[in-house]
Amino acid sequence: MLDLVWLIPALPLAGFLIILVLGRRLGEPRSGYLATLMTGTAFVVTVGVFIDLLSKTTEERAHIKTIFTWLPVGNLKVDLAFLADPLSITMALFVTGIGSLIHLYSIGYMHGDPKFSKFFLYLNLFVFSMLMLVLGENMLVTFLGWEGVGTCSYLLISFWHTRESAATAGKKAFVTNRVGDWGFMVAMFFTFQAVGSLSYAPLNEAARSGSIAQSTATVIALMLFVGAVGKSAQLPLYLWLPDAMEGPTPVSALIHAATMVTAGVYLMVRTSPVLAIAAWHWAPWIVAGIGAATALYAATIAVAQNDIKKVLAYSTVSQLGYMFLAVGSGAYVAAIFHMITHAFFKALLFLGSGSVIHGMNGEQDMRKMGALRKLMPITGFTFIIGWLAIAGVPPFAGFWSKDEILLFAWDKSPILWGVGLVTALLTAYYMTRQVIMVFYGKARWDDHAAEHGAHGDTHPHESPWTMVTPLVVLAGLSVVGGAIQLPFSATTKRLESWLEPVIATSERPLKSGSEDIKWVLAGIAVLIGVAGIAGAYVVYSKKKVKAIEPAVLANAWYYDKTVSDFMGGPGRKSFEFIAWFDQRIIDGAVNGAGRMVQGAAGVVRKGQSGLVRTYAALIGLGAVLLIAWFVFRGVAQ
Amino acid sequence: MVIAIATPTTTWYLLLAAMLFSTGVVGVLVRRNPLVMFMCIELMLNAVNLTFVAMANKLGDIGGQTTVFFVMVVAAAEVVVGLGIIVSILRRRPGATADDIAELKG
Amino acid sequence: MIVAAGTFTAPSIDWFALAPLLVLLVGGLVLLVTASFTPQWPKHLYAYATVALGLAAMVVAFVQWHAITRDGPKLLVGNAVSYDHFSMFGIITICIGLSLSAMVTDDFLRREGMEGPEIYGLYLMAAVGGIVMVMSNDLIVLFLGLETLSISLYVLAASNRRRAESQEAGIKYFVLGGFSSAFFLYGIALIYGGTGSTNFNRILTAFDSVPLQRKDSLVLVGVALLLVGLGFKVSAAPFHFWAPDVYQGSPTPVTAFMASVGKAAAFAALFRVFVVALPNWKDDWRPVVWVLAILTLLVGSISAVVQTNVKRMLAYSSISHAGFILIGLEAAGHSGASTRSGMPSSMMYLMIYSVLVIGTFAVVAVVGRTGDGATDLGSFRGLSRQKPWLATALTVFLLAQAGVPLTSGFIAKFGVIEAAVDEHSYALATIAMVSAVIGAFLYLRILISVWLADAEVGDEKREAMHIPISTGAAILLCVGFTIYVGVNPEWLIQASDRVVLVAVPVVGG
Repeated sequence: MLDLVWLIPALPLAGFLIILVLGRRLGEPRSGYLATLMTGTAFVVTVGVFIDLLSKTTEERAHIKTIFTWLPVGNLKVDLAFLADPLSITMALFVTGIGSLIHLYSIGYMHGDPKFSKFFLYLNLFVFSMLMLVLGENMLVTFLGWEGVGTCSYLLISFWHTRESAATAGKKAFVTNRVGDWGFMVAMFFTFQAVGSLSYAPLNEAARSGSIAQSTATVIALMLFVGAVGKSAQLPLYLWLPDAMEGPTPVSALIHAATMVTAGVYLMVRTSPVLAIAAWHWAPWIVAGIGAATALYAATIAVAQNDIKKVLAYSTVSQLGYMFLAVGSGAYVAAIFHMITHAFFKALLFLGSGSVIHGMNGEQDMRKMGALRKLMPITGFTFIIGWLAIAGVPPFAGFWSKDEILLFAWDKSPILWGVGLVTALLTAYYMTRQVIMVFYGKARWDDHAAEHGAHGDTHPHESPWTMVTPLVVLAGLSVVGGAIQLPFSATTKRLESWLEPVIATSERPLKSGSEDIKWVLAGIAVLIGVAGIAGAYVVYSKKKVKAIEPAVLANAWYYDKTVSDFMGGPGRKSFEFIAWFDQRIIDGAVNGAGRMVQGAAGVVRKGQSGLVRTYAALIGLGAVLLIAWFVFRGVAQ
Repeated sequence: MVIAIATPTTTWYLLLAAMLFSTGVVGVLVRRNPLVMFMCIELMLNAVNLTFVAMANKLGDIGGQTTVFFVMVVAAAEVVVGLGIIVSILRRRPGATADDIAELKG
Repeated sequence: MIVAAGTFTAPSIDWFALAPLLVLLVGGLVLLVTASFTPQWPKHLYAYATVALGLAAMVVAFVQWHAITRDGPKLLVGNAVSYDHFSMFGIITICIGLSLSAMVTDDFLRREGMEGPEIYGLYLMAAVGGIVMVMSNDLIVLFLGLETLSISLYVLAASNRRRAESQEAGIKYFVLGGFSSAFFLYGIALIYGGTGSTNFNRILTAFDSVPLQRKDSLVLVGVALLLVGLGFKVSAAPFHFWAPDVYQGSPTPVTAFMASVGKAAAFAALFRVFVVALPNWKDDWRPVVWVLAILTLLVGSISAVVQTNVKRMLAYSSISHAGFILIGLEAAGHSGASTRSGMPSSMMYLMIYSVLVIGTFAVVAVVGRTGDGATDLGSFRGLSRQKPWLATALTVFLLAQAGVPLTSGFIAKFGVIEAAVDEHSYALATIAMVSAVIGAFLYLRILISVWLADAEVGDEKREAMHIPISTGAAILLCVGFTIYVGVNPEWLIQASDRVVLVAVPVVGG
């Protein structure tokens, strides 16, 4: 079964090719079912490989399947090879698993779109690329997938090309991603220089044994991190992700929440010994620092968003920051753990929001929603589960993974822990705000009726089964997902023992002091989460609270008042300021880079005047400069 | 009556050639008529011919002198082609100068 | 002073070794003569003849490649022509370019109603010039080859008499080409004066006894002028200005020919001159090449961003590719002819790029429709819906040009960047990667138009696109090569590694 690992990416590729050839003839909905079937079968194969790996001893859990030798460079060769080890299969499991669910969901969501088949064409190509990325045995195969997911993401963001904003968003995704790609390329060449191979195994081996110079290792690690920052939307390259929400919602769920954005984290974990062992000790601090800063920064922006998807987008950036905080703190298991649980609940939330948008006829402004829980019971119910998971309420999945990251952050530095905690507070706050605005309170969506008459009347409705089924499955996973890694004893830390062969040497051991107080820390995290929920609750449905339980409110009065004042006054101002800063300054910087290139092009263009005499003059000038240089060389002798 | 006549050395020829070449370069840069520009290029080539002959003389090597014949042939071939192109353009746009031919740019 | 006539002995000539050149030369002359007597013969006959001649020359070159592997390289015709793997690699590249371009040209001429056989004659003569350049071991021979190639290209650029752009391209190319050739020739004269010879090997050994005289400024200025002349031909910035205008204005198949055969020959000559003849001055010219490479990379990729005409975009991308190949020259400048990867990776780059660029321009020629004018970005909109296979082929070419793995373009870029990294030219390698990053935007922009945008309003009223058989076959071959080399590059890498063993004169020869 292990040798069949090549089938995992081959199946979506086959789907892509079939739709490419027969797309128009297949039409809707058959091309959608075909694409779903291919991804689903890939999932089945992955499960088979997974079971096979489980049956092996820990040491044997790394299988390389070489398809062919690709690039002979000197004495060494780069193969097109796949690596089946616990880490790659874990990734492949959730890529294909969640991928299949989202494919299924898309059949309903994209219903009636004129480019229906093309959507699935890109979607299958994306899954293929993502699988190449995670299953690649060496950096080159990963790079192929890396470029592939970037391109697909670009194609899918601009899928509704007629929308001008969609096209610009695609462009922005491209620019920031290319910066990341550049980092990856540089890292690749340095790796090749340092260890004479592009495979991960020799690189990690060299890093563990110390045969790689500390400075080189630092450069490789940081360049990989630059790549990861671009792909995983960290400060300062996170901009494209909120903009990427222009794409169809399933794309947001698949690419910009569950899979592609995790590629950066995956890469850092895959090459963990380089950062954790071989590089200078301050290198992980950079990773942790940027992760923590991104987590906090994006969370503050999320508070001030009114677009249902934008909240989730910033939330994704923030949660990815959490994962990098984990990587920088040496908590590689926790990073992967959070990646998995996040994939569950964030995909769920995105698909839920898609269902809401679908039911609301394309409305995305949360101020025009409310009280949808009754009209969309399944969507509402599952969304609430996702909310509990992300807010860190035990025993939902998000609690366990977030808790583990916070534990390691505490171990590294209480400051990082503090930042993580504030982020958790804000996360609980903005998610509660979202749930209340969308599903509770008064219905604000029939306000249109006055303007547009019966025509503009919105009738929110529950979505078709293809859309609801994935929601239910993901909700289930969001409830029990934490079970793969429970901190009670060594045996309940299943993910840790499973991933051990990959990250054992780089995982940072906890100080004994931290181990002792881990339940205290967990308790604080829960309290913080509850506080965030309560805060949002009193701010956004205060009236309701008053009406029902005045006593409770009286007891919580001071808290309520403080929170209300802060959130209504300086708090809101500062959140809005950060959102503004984000829009104008950082966004401007990225656009500025693009404009700089354009400006430079404008200058160069002036020389390209079309006048043959100008060209001759420039050639003459070049000749004079060259002669001057050579004469100078002669004189200098 | 003796007038001191300096014997021309190789350097003289080389300097003359360099001046001719520069004249040709400047001519290409300042003249607008494609035909004159073309003649200036020919001037540059002939300046090089002079250099070759002077060098060959200095080195006592026949190679440089034979090269001149190759260059002349090449120049003749360029004339044929160049005139053809220029004439066909002037037929389409009588009196066009080099600066008028600038549709392609940017 | 008269040299006694009796002392001249004609050099012996090994006719077999010159066979690829002779095949094309004789074939070209016969073709031209035949054509003038038989105007009624169908025109595509000449195209097939050209393709056949190109293939024949290529087959001979293959045979010779193996003969050289067996017997070793040598110099011919009084040490003026070299017969080695480098020559054969260049010849094969040129023949591939010639045959594929002829295939694309055939349909193009019929569609545009242009005259037939002369173009093929010019192709063949240009290819002969190119072959002379790659085989040259003497600056004068190189110059003759360069002029044969260039003069043919001037006429080819101007060959579409109905389009003013074509004429403009012709005159610009001609004036600037002649201008830069004069610089080049002047450089030869100065080097001749400084070293006493135009033969590469004699130039190399000229100052062996008195190394200090290498700093003779006569020679140094000569080197500078050679770099100007060849830099112009390979379109290295700041000598690149002609390229966008000429590429855009020329008939599309001619552009393909220029970008493949013309560029390959010019770069091969550049390597011959600087790596074989002038390695003693490498510390002088390497920094210049370094600067030229960076300028070329940046100018090419940055200028492309704001273009709206696909042909012009591809011209700028061609400039950027030239920058990549210059990286190989810079790498070769560290250790001279013995360098491990600078020269091979560049030669491989040239072969790969030649195929890519012909494929790309073949698609452009089809999309250009009658009149060869519909090459703006808008004309490519919605191509995926009208001609999905054509769009797929274009996608393959553009991704390869961007250097995406599993295509030949990646192998090419990887090779030169690796050569640079090997020589510790980190700055150059880094800028090359930055340029690749910027450059990819251009390819993606075209792809977006092809795949995502809807066709322009009124597009349905335009003439339908027609993919003729031989153009289609050429595109198919190019796609096949691009993907095959991308997946299995080993043979090409190994073959190109042999080009470092250039011919040297036998002792006393």
